[in-house]
Amino acid sequence: MKLEQFAAADEAGPLDYQQVEFDYVRHADQDADAPVRRPVVVVGAGPVGLALAIDLAQKKVPVLVLEGGHQLSTGSRAICFAKRTLEVFDRLGCADRMVDKGVSWKVGRVYFGAEEVYRFDLLPESGHERPAFINLQQYYVEGYLVRQAATLPDIELRWKNKVVGLSQSDDGVRLTIETPEGTYELDADYVAACDGSRSQLREMLGRQTQGRIFRDRFLIADISMDADLPVERRFWFAPPFHPGQSVLLHKQADGMWRVDFQLGWDADPVAERQHERIRPRVQALLDSIGHAGAQFQIGWASVYTFACQRMARFRQGRVLFAGDSAHGVSPFGARGANSGVQDAENLAWKLAAVLRGEAPPTLLDSYGSEREYAADENIRHSTRATDFITPKSEVSRLYRDAVLALSKNNAFARSLVNSGRLSTATVLRGSPLSAPDADGFAGAMVPGAAAADAPAARTDGSIGWLLRSLAPHRFNLLVFGTPAESAWADALQDEMNVLRLPLDAAHALAAQRYDAQPGTAYLLRPDQHVCARWRHGDAKTVRAALDRALGRVPAPSLAAA
Amino acid sequence: MSTHLITDAHLESPDDFYEALIETHQGLSTDDSHALNARLVLLLANHIGSLPVLREALAAAREA
Repeated sequence: MKLEQFAAADEAGPLDYQQVEFDYVRHADQDADAPVRRPVVVVGAGPVGLALAIDLAQKKVPVLVLEGGHQLSTGSRAICFAKRTLEVFDRLGCADRMVDKGVSWKVGRVYFGAEEVYRFDLLPESGHERPAFINLQQYYVEGYLVRQAATLPDIELRWKNKVVGLSQSDDGVRLTIETPEGTYELDADYVAACDGSRSQLREMLGRQTQGRIFRDRFLIADISMDADLPVERRFWFAPPFHPGQSVLLHKQADGMWRVDFQLGWDADPVAERQHERIRPRVQALLDSIGHAGAQFQIGWASVYTFACQRMARFRQGRVLFAGDSAHGVSPFGARGANSGVQDAENLAWKLAAVLRGEAPPTLLDSYGSEREYAADENIRHSTRATDFITPKSEVSRLYRDAVLALSKNNAFARSLVNSGRLSTATVLRGSPLSAPDADGFAGAMVPGAAAADAPAARTDGSIGWLLRSLAPHRFNLLVFGTPAESAWADALQDEMNVLRLPLDAAHALAAQRYDAQPGTAYLLRPDQHVCARWRHGDAKTVRAALDRALGRVPAPSLAAA
Repeated sequence: MSTHLITDAHLESPDDFYEALIETHQGLSTDDSHALNARLVLLLANHIGSLPVLREALAAAREA
């Protein structure tokens, strides 16, 4: 179907996103005498490519998305979307539907052997619009992003357009694109490679990812069932129904559940995907939790392996790698899609600033350094979780089991149980774009941190949210106190959005989270990361920080890592 | 609280502690004793708390 038909069918009623097939449409570019030039070509229409394209188009940068396939994600794949990701999607105007459709959960149970060793209640800190995360099938997230993309005249999506060739010079990139009607060429100022873990663009450039490969296999399956199970995440270490290995059970939308069984390296990935092999495993799980009689259907299933690795450099000239093409993690902790969306938003404002001539092309180097730093953090977390879940030596298993055995009666041991530390926004410490603090501050909003949400009054006086009050595609200067206490900021209105928050009862939480006093000011980048803050600002100092954040001044010797 | 690992004599009653330690393992298989030791390491590590001190202990144990 065409995008308009998809939108209409989606409006009309429940649409089976797994059955949607987008049409290949011939484009005039394919008949052009010479390759047509585009400012930005995004390769890959997964969550990362779509988020990047929407962000760019909302910044008025025309963007072309090339996708080799013509469907939404097959199977549920990335199901955990973290708070920060939802905030990014809020900025792009499409998180409401995801949160409405998705499953919010906060109770988790951890089992060791036959016994529940503890249960945790995430109880995310209150005073944030978005939950710690939601569970939602990837095809819904992609479908909602496609819907949003379809509303933007600056986005063009081409299905069944597979990039098969790439060459670049100092002034551009030439792509060779294969379609059902033959190949054509296209030029681009910049190319964003969002083409996934088996990135063809990475291969074309002869680049590798490096890291640790784990010799283990996991079965993952979507299960629809009528059992009335509580909405909880359950994680079993070495349960009787799956001896010696781990099992995860997690709720998704539409009464669907995600099961994940560790199988070991010797498992046959083809045989284990067969429904007749999956069925007894699921039945044994249901028997053990008292739902032996539940009826269930098996949907998408896959046997996966993983590696924790990344490319050495995410910027390769005019080709920028984002998401799984740039880095891979284990699934424990939901750091794949979530970190990819953070890549996309980091890249979007920088590309837009460079293309508009507001920043030099060297600003794109900071995309690489900041997100490589973030990838290292994600890889570190996911490697640790993997080592805990699947101990690779006898002594590693000995300590893992000791932790679990202690966790029932010793609270401290629960802090060592690691079934995945859930994704949060990376604090971009030491970024060359941030100005170091000159004044004393307490709290978490250090330069490099993603701005925390808090209740904030809307212009009509009702209470909304701080992050929603920010201009979605500009630098924001967040100033606390009365206008009289920061009259200097008025001179900056043309260069950035100035948002004032009074230090009153309605903004007590914001004041606390930002350690605010009268006159305290934060400069936030378009991706909402703090780049500078002051107790008492002035226009000249803020402009200097803006120049630094846009890479207009030579970067000091600080490196982001 | 000490910021370094104490390696001078610090036990209140060394012989009593040592006897209790061996006694705790009485009747356990080697595997069960290893598991007990692992739990004991974790309990004591939590009691110490300080990562620099624990790192010194790890290094000292490795070097011995």
